Amino acid sequence: MPEQVPRLLAVFLTASVALVIARSLLVPDTFGDIGHYRAAATDSVVAHQKKYAGHQECALCHGQIQEMRLAGNHRGVRCEVCHGPAANHVSNPLEVKPPAPQDREFCTLCHEYNASRPTGFPQIDPADHNPHVPCIACHEPHAPEPPGMPGDCSACHGQIARQKAVSHHSAVPCTTCHQTPDEHKVNPRSVRPSKPTERDFCGACHAQERLAGIPQIDLTAHNPAYLCWQCHYPHYPGTS
Amino acid sequence: MSRESKITEQHERSDAVQQLDRRQFLNEMAAACGAATPLLCAFVRLPATQADAYEPTEHYYGMGVDPAKCIGCGRCAAACKIENDVPAEPHFVNTWVERYVIRAGGDVEVDSPNAGIEGFSPLENEQGVLKTFFVPKLCNHCDEAPCVQVCPVGATFMTQDGVVLVDDQYCIGCRYCIQACPYGARYLHPEEHVAAKCTFCYHRLVEGLVPACVEVCPTEARVFGELEGLPTPLNRFIRFNTIQVLKPHLNTKPKVFYANLDGEVR
Repeated sequence: MPEQVPRLLAVFLTASVALVIARSLLVPDTFGDIGHYRAAATDSVVAHQKKYAGHQECALCHGQIQEMRLAGNHRGVRCEVCHGPAANHVSNPLEVKPPAPQDREFCTLCHEYNASRPTGFPQIDPADHNPHVPCIACHEPHAPEPPGMPGDCSACHGQIARQKAVSHHSAVPCTTCHQTPDEHKVNPRSVRPSKPTERDFCGACHAQERLAGIPQIDLTAHNPAYLCWQCHYPHYPGTS
Repeated sequence: MSRESKITEQHERSDAVQQLDRRQFLNEMAAACGAATPLLCAFVRLPATQADAYEPTEHYYGMGVDPAKCIGCGRCAAACKIENDVPAEPHFVNTWVERYVIRAGGDVEVDSPNAGIEGFSPLENEQGVLKTFFVPKLCNHCDEAPCVQVCPVGATFMTQDGVVLVDDQYCIGCRYCIQACPYGARYLHPEEHVAAKCTFCYHRLVEGLVPACVEVCPTEARVFGELEGLPTPLNRFIRFNTIQVLKPHLNTKPKVFYANLDGEVR
C-alpha cells in the first residue's frame, strides 16, 4: 500500500472525529428532536407567568356578579377588561385587590362617539352626556341598561344635532322639517321620520320677501326640477 | 447437513475474515464511522420535555377577527403588553389596532396611535368620509412563515400546534426575520436584543386558556380556537363569514382569518 493512503485516512479520521465533537458541543440539546429548532425552547415560553387569570377563575368566588353580567348587556365583557389583570389577586385574594375604574374616561374608551365604531354600538358625546357625572352613578357596569326612551333627537343623532347647533338652522327644531311618529323612538329603523317632499316647504321661509335676513330665491326660476335638500344640506353650518 | 460439513463451513468463513486485506478493512471502518456519526449525535442529546398533560400534536390553533365588531378600544393591545411584559415604549407591540378612513375620492388614511392602547380620538374631519372602521392586527402565525424560513440559526420556528415562536436563548438578533415578515409583526426586544413577537400567549394555551387579547376583547371581535375539526367555534366562524387573509398573494398561508374584510386593508 502506498504510504500516502494511511496518512490521508488518518487525516480524514481526525477530521471526522473533530466534526463529531464540534457538532455535539455547538448544536444545543434537543435541537432537531421535532423540527429544525430547539425542542426545549417551548419550555421557556411556557414558563412565562400569566397576568390575566381568565374569567373562569373570577367566577369561582364572584359567581353572583358573573351571573348578573352574563344576563346583561356586558355579557361579552369579561371581568379583566375593566378590573385589569387579576392573576395576582387569584393567588393572593386578600392582599391584592384589582382596581375598579370609576372615571368617565375609562368608559368612554369604548362608549365615546367615534365615527369608526360600528353602527349601533352605544356611543355618547361625553361633553354633552351629563358631563362630570360618573357613568356608574346611573349605569350598573355589570348589567348596564340603555336609556329607556331617548329624550330628544340628539340622544341618537348627536352628530347632526351638533352640526345643526352651529348652522343657520340652529333655532329650527328637528320636528319642523321631520314629521316623527312616536313609534320611531321604539323602532327607529322600521318607522322613520319624514323629509320635506315639496319645494314649497322650504319656500315657506326662503321664498318670502317679507322675511329679512333670510336668503330668498324665486322658486320657479331656481332649479325647479330638484328638491331643495338634494343640493343644500340643511344641517350644515356653511352657506351652500 | 452433517455436523462435519457444518464445521468445515465455519472454518471457511473464518478464513474469509482473515483474508480481509488492510485496504478493505480501513474502507469498511470508514464506512462504519460515517454510519455511526448520526447515532453518536443522537446519544449526546437529551430527550425533549414538554409541559405536563399538554399534548401539542392534538391541537392546531388559529384566530378569527371580525373587524365589524371592533370598536377600537385598544384593550387587546393594552392587555397584550401587560401579559407578555412587552416594553412600554411605542412601536414594541405584539398586537395593535389600525383605523382605516376611506374618503369619497378613494384616499385611504391608516393610523394607529400608540397601537390604539389609549383608544382613538374622534375623527377631526368627518366630511367626505365614505367609510371608516378598525382592524385589529397581530402575527398571522403563517403556515409558510417567511420569518421561519430566513432564520439562519433555527431560532424561530412553528410548534406542532401551529404557533410561530422565537427561541430567545438561541436567537442571535440578526433581524432577518423582522425584515422578512410582510405584516410587520416582529420587533427587536430593546433590552434582550432578540427578536420578539406574538406567541398566541402560548403559556396560556398550555393551561387551556385563550390569549389575553381574546380574553379582554369586550365585543368578541376575536375568535380563538382549533383549526382542525369541523364543529370548532373557529371553523364555524370561517364557515359562516366571507373570509379573507392579509396579503394572500404572498402564499404565506396565514392562520389569522378576517371576516368581510375591506379590500383596502393590507
